[in-house]
Amino acid sequence: MGQKLLMKGNEVIAEAAIRAGCRHYFGYPITPQTEIAHYMAKAMPKVGGVFLQAESEVSAINMVYGAASTGKRVMTSSSSPGISLKMEGISYAAGAQLPAVIVNIMRGGPGLGGIQPSQSDYFQATKGGGHGDYHMVVLAPSSVQELYELTVEAFNIADRYRILTMILGDGVLGQMMEVVNFRDEEKIETYDKSWATCGHNNEREHNIITSIHIDPVILEQWNNDLQKKYRLIYEKEQRYELYNCENADIILVAYGSVARICKGVIKEAKEQGINIGLVRPITLWPFPVDAFEKVIDIPSAFLTVEMSAGQMVEDVRLTVNGKKPVYFTGRMGGMIPTVNDIMSKIYEIKNELKI
Amino acid sequence: MAVVFKAPHALCDVPMHYCPGCTHGIAHRLVAEAIDELEIEGKTVGVSPVGCSYNNYLYFNCDMVQASHGRAPAVATGIKRCLPENIVFTYQGDGDLAAIGTAEIIHAAARGENITVIFINNTIYGMTSGQMAPTTLLGQITTTSPYGRDPKAHGYPIRVCEMLATLEGPAYIERVSLHDIKHIKKAKEAVKKAFKVQIAGKGFSLVEILSTCPTNWGLDPVESLKRIEKELIPHYPLGVFAGSDLEV
Repeated sequence: MGQKLLMKGNEVIAEAAIRAGCRHYFGYPITPQTEIAHYMAKAMPKVGGVFLQAESEVSAINMVYGAASTGKRVMTSSSSPGISLKMEGISYAAGAQLPAVIVNIMRGGPGLGGIQPSQSDYFQATKGGGHGDYHMVVLAPSSVQELYELTVEAFNIADRYRILTMILGDGVLGQMMEVVNFRDEEKIETYDKSWATCGHNNEREHNIITSIHIDPVILEQWNNDLQKKYRLIYEKEQRYELYNCENADIILVAYGSVARICKGVIKEAKEQGINIGLVRPITLWPFPVDAFEKVIDIPSAFLTVEMSAGQMVEDVRLTVNGKKPVYFTGRMGGMIPTVNDIMSKIYEIKNELKI
Repeated sequence: MAVVFKAPHALCDVPMHYCPGCTHGIAHRLVAEAIDELEIEGKTVGVSPVGCSYNNYLYFNCDMVQASHGRAPAVATGIKRCLPENIVFTYQGDGDLAAIGTAEIIHAAARGENITVIFINNTIYGMTSGQMAPTTLLGQITTTSPYGRDPKAHGYPIRVCEMLATLEGPAYIERVSLHDIKHIKKAKEAVKKAFKVQIAGKGFSLVEILSTCPTNWGLDPVESLKRIEKELIPHYPLGVFAGSDLEV
C-alpha cells in the first residue's frame, strides 16, 4: 500500500516531519530551503499544528528551545547563513539536552556566499559550530526518499537520546523532485519525558531546563554525562552504505547529492575497465568508522569527494589512519563536481600509485 | 491564631543570592504571590533570563526554563505555542530585554503573544558589575560610562513601555516602582493583572518594575530607593501604557 508521490525534496522534509508527529515548526525564510516553511504554513493548520514565522533565525531556534522543553516534537529549518545564526541556540539546547530536529539545506559560503548547493558546513555540523563540548547527530540523506525516511528517524533519534538531530542536505537535494514512497503509518517511538517543563500540576517537584551549572564540579559531571551519551550514540547509531566495494581499486567517500554523482562515476569507470567503490556515510556524526573497518584492506586508495574545500576528508584521514593514501577532490561556491572532474582525479591517482 | 503573613508557596524556601538592598527579592515575591492567589502554580512555566536573576529557576516553585541572553520571549513563545492552556511568563532585566533581546521582545509584543513579561529596570547591568544599559540615564556613571552617559557618545535611554505601546499587539503594559510600600502594593496589583490578562487569553502583557541596584549604583539601600523616586520616575513615568480600560 502506501502512497507514491512526485515531490520536491524540501516539501518531503516538511511532510515527513508532520508524519513523524511534529506539530510545531518555527522558521525564517532563506533560500534554498524556504519550501519547507511554505509547506508547513499550509499543512500545519490542517493537522492542528503550529507554523510560526519568527523574526529571525535566532528567535526561531529559541522558540524551538522553548517548545522542546515542553516535550513536544519540534523542528526548524534553514540554510547555511541562517544555521550560523542558530548556533547559539543549538549550543544551549545541546547543553540543556533538548530533543529537536534542525534541517540545514546547505548553500555556498562563507558569509552570504551564494544560493547554489554546497557541503561546506560539514565542520560546523559535526565538530561543534556553537561553543562547548557537544555533538548533534547529523544525518546526510542522498535522495528524496531518504529525506523522508531520515527525517522521520531524526525525530526518533532526538527523543531516544534527548539530543538535537540535524538533517544535513544541500541545495540539490532540497530543490530536486523525485518519486517518494510514503508508508501508511510511521514508526513513532515514544520515550519517557518526565523531565519536560509542562506544568507540574501540583503532582511533582518543579522541573528545570537549563544549560547553566555555575559550580564547576557539577558542570564537569554534566559534561561527563553528555560525553557518555555521545559514546553510546557513537556505538549504536553509525549508518552508511557500501556500494561496489568488493574488488575496488579505489574507494570513493562521499555523502548527500555528491554520493549520487559518485555512483555515476562508478558506472562510467566500469565502462573504462576501472573498479571503483563507494563508502557513503549516512551519519556524519557519529562518523561511520565501522564502514572503513570493513573495507580498509580492499582498495589501493580512498578518494573523498565533497562540495567543499575538503572537510569530511579530515575524518576519513583520521579513520583510515595512514593505512591507505587518502585523496581529495571537490568544488566550492555552489559548483557541483562532474563525473569528468572525478574521473580525472581517479586517473591522476592511478598514475601516481601505478595501479 | 490566624496567619496574616507567610511565604508564598510559589517561592521556594531557599536562600537567594541577591545583594543586600536589591529589589529583585521583592519583585520575586510579588510574582509568587500573584501565582498563589490565582492558583496557577501547577500550570505555570517561567523563563529565566541571563543577568542577576539568571538562576531564579531555583526560586520559583513552578516549572522553569533557563533561556539564553535576551531570548526569553522567543523561548516563552515556543512554550506557549505548545501549551496554550498553560501560563507562561518571562522575568528579564533591562540589559536582557532592552539591549540584546530587543528584537525578541518587540516581536513577541507585536504578535500579541499570550505571555506575561516581568521586566526589571534598574538602569544598569548588575551581574557583570555595573555597565551601561540601554536604560541608563543621561549623566549616570557606570563602569562603561565612567564620565557619565553622554548622549553624543552613548545615545539616549530607551523607554520600553512607551515604545511597545506604539504596537497593536500588547493587551496590557504598565510601569510600576518598588521604592515604597504604597508603590509595592500597586506593583503587586499590576503583576497580578498581567497574569489575569493572560489567563483571560487577551494577549501580551508586560509590567516594567523600576528597581534598585545599590551595589552598582554605589548607594546604600535607602538612598537607592530614593534615587528611584528622584531620578528614575521623572524619566520613566509610572502608569498604564496599554490596556487601561481592560477589565479582567
